[in-house]
Amino acid sequence: MWDYTDKVKDYFFNPVNAGVLEHANAVGEVGAISCGDALKLMMRVNPETEVIEAAKFQTFGCGSAIASSSALTEIVLGKTLDEALRISNQDIADFLGGLPPEKMHCSVMGYEALQAAVADYRGVEWRDDHEEGALVCKCFGVDEGMIERAVRGNKLTTPEQVTHYTKAGGGCLTCFEGLEAVLARVNEEMVAEGLISFDEAYRIGSMDARTLRQKTRPKGAETSKVEAKPIIALADLERAAAGTMVLEKPVEAPAVAAPAAAPRLTTLQKIKLIEETLESIRPYLKLDGGDCELVDVDGNNVIVKLSGACVGCQQASMTVNGVQEKLIAATGLPLRVIPVK
Amino acid sequence: MTTPVYLDNNATTRCDEAVVEAMLPFFTEQFGNPSSMHAFGARVGGAVKAARAQLQRLIGAEFDHEIVFTAGGTESDNMAILSALEIDPNRDEIITSAVEHPAVLSLCGHLEKTRGIKVHVIPVDGQGLLDIAAYRAALSSKTAIVSIMWANNETGTIFPVAELAELAKEVGALFHTDAVQAVGKVPIDLKSTVIDMLSLSGHKLHGPKGIGALYVRRGTRFRSLIKGGHQERGRRAGTENTPGIVGLGKAAELAALHMADEETRVAALRDRLEKGLLQRIPACFVTGNPAERLPNTSNIAFEYIEGEGILLLMNREGIAASSGSACTSGSLEPSHVLRAMNIPYTAAHGAIRFSFSRDNTDADVDRVLEVMPGIIEKLRALSPFWQGADKAPATFAPVYA
Repeated sequence: MWDYTDKVKDYFFNPVNAGVLEHANAVGEVGAISCGDALKLMMRVNPETEVIEAAKFQTFGCGSAIASSSALTEIVLGKTLDEALRISNQDIADFLGGLPPEKMHCSVMGYEALQAAVADYRGVEWRDDHEEGALVCKCFGVDEGMIERAVRGNKLTTPEQVTHYTKAGGGCLTCFEGLEAVLARVNEEMVAEGLISFDEAYRIGSMDARTLRQKTRPKGAETSKVEAKPIIALADLERAAAGTMVLEKPVEAPAVAAPAAAPRLTTLQKIKLIEETLESIRPYLKLDGGDCELVDVDGNNVIVKLSGACVGCQQASMTVNGVQEKLIAATGLPLRVIPVK
Repeated sequence: MTTPVYLDNNATTRCDEAVVEAMLPFFTEQFGNPSSMHAFGARVGGAVKAARAQLQRLIGAEFDHEIVFTAGGTESDNMAILSALEIDPNRDEIITSAVEHPAVLSLCGHLEKTRGIKVHVIPVDGQGLLDIAAYRAALSSKTAIVSIMWANNETGTIFPVAELAELAKEVGALFHTDAVQAVGKVPIDLKSTVIDMLSLSGHKLHGPKGIGALYVRRGTRFRSLIKGGHQERGRRAGTENTPGIVGLGKAAELAALHMADEETRVAALRDRLEKGLLQRIPACFVTGNPAERLPNTSNIAFEYIEGEGILLLMNREGIAASSGSACTSGSLEPSHVLRAMNIPYTAAHGAIRFSFSRDNTDADVDRVLEVMPGIIEKLRALSPFWQGADKAPATFAPVYA
């Protein structure tokens, strides 16, 4: 049985705003009946103010799909269309106190229905290329479609790149075989399409799970005891996986065997480099409504202030780790990022 | 709180108290290893022998040594198929059906991928009946083994395994059947058939979990899967799970005693539930083949709603059943069994399996009949497809499909 939060159960057992909304002027219909999920979101928008004055839903789907739909109708109420467009699927999941990784697609369906409904009101066509696949990495909730898009969009050819770009395989690693099967399949297709050369393509068995663990483990950092962690800010990952942005190739952190091997930077150079790197990450955090600001640099400790959506976000620690890895990669120094309030 | 109603006996059954009682001494005072020379071992060895005889009677095996104890149905299925592929290098094809349990289908998929084994998957029709012409066509001198289930776990549909085995023998192939759902529910007499191997599982017949058996007909060439000691005449190494074996023996004895009850009273309960639901709830239908079916199983597809929601609402009423929907398993596709039968997605996702056992009563049926119409109605009110019992479903074509 799924580990649903009480709030999910409550919204499933006693859904609010279920049924048909009369005089709806913004209707979004999304779903994939083969997967057993389909949602019709109906909203009444005030043409003067563009405020959503009423919202109702009809859903064919599981418990969490119904709960996500009902929650969505509550979240959008009273918001303007522009405000509503900024609601992410994570906002829906957070509103419900979280969803099991296998069920995150239910919140994505809510997000898409909202986008479709607003497009319907504005008379523009809304197209979605979102396609789901079976869940591969349970630790980080990464499905086959997400891996495929990251592999295609960024021409990935090794499992560690997949881990860097999507997080899949960054946790318990029991998904290694599934992950490498998707990579090998997509690479084979890419060879056939002439996107990559035959020699570049990954083949099953070229790497084992232990090597992946070692390769994705942060290097040069003093935190060598830390388990393999994703090294890119979450926002980048989502966008890269969605294929809407091609990330720069993640830089392999230089192996800092001895302190002497580290590039010698003056304190000023170091701070400047940290500042520049942080600036390059901030746009992605901002896209998710968060921000990260440099407060101080004390030796190898980088003090930052997280704000906006980053505060209290379940993924905040992941973001900090992502920022830290970026900084380490850029400076070659065993930096530690410490968030302060 | 009302008494819970358990109608998920194809998933697992309650271990009978008499079974537990029979097992208990084998954890403590009867702890000996049956392989040992001393008295401690000898007494346990006797109990294992008695259990083997009990199981032999239930499945009508000619000899008790035709029974090899295993850790369960999945191990038995794996053992049978992998053994068959080692017998004759010229026979490297498997024939199975589209509606098998994953214990068979997933192994076959793996063998196809990693060892290049040719797997013929025989399709079924809308009632779940096997395409016999396709089966005949697939049989050849290349066939190592046919593995076709006795009864389907989701719909209860029974396959004519005795006849299918005869056909397999005509080309000299081995015939294995996964009878995990059939053993204990319908009479089985292996000595009057030509079936070579049969898998069964303890916890499906009110026995303990973690114990099962593979029947291997005398004279069938067999290669062991688990290598080690000489246990089970060298066919399954590892110190015997003696409490489990004794429990399975007792469960087999009890199943034989209750067989008549299963086929009459339990079947009547199932029929009353099924009829009652079809009368009370519009737009639902029975899947599978009602004419040839396990006496305890009913699979009903409720159209335009999704199974997980139904199960959650049933669970709140204390009723346990299971569903063929994708969401309950974490996969994206609904049950491969219902899809193989070409049941449309809108119905396959809303299929609920009710599986009875000798523990169920008339009160259980009354309770389900009382609450189900409300549950289905509640979910249909939320469904974008549903427009009422007398109306055609809404045309609903979401943006992506």
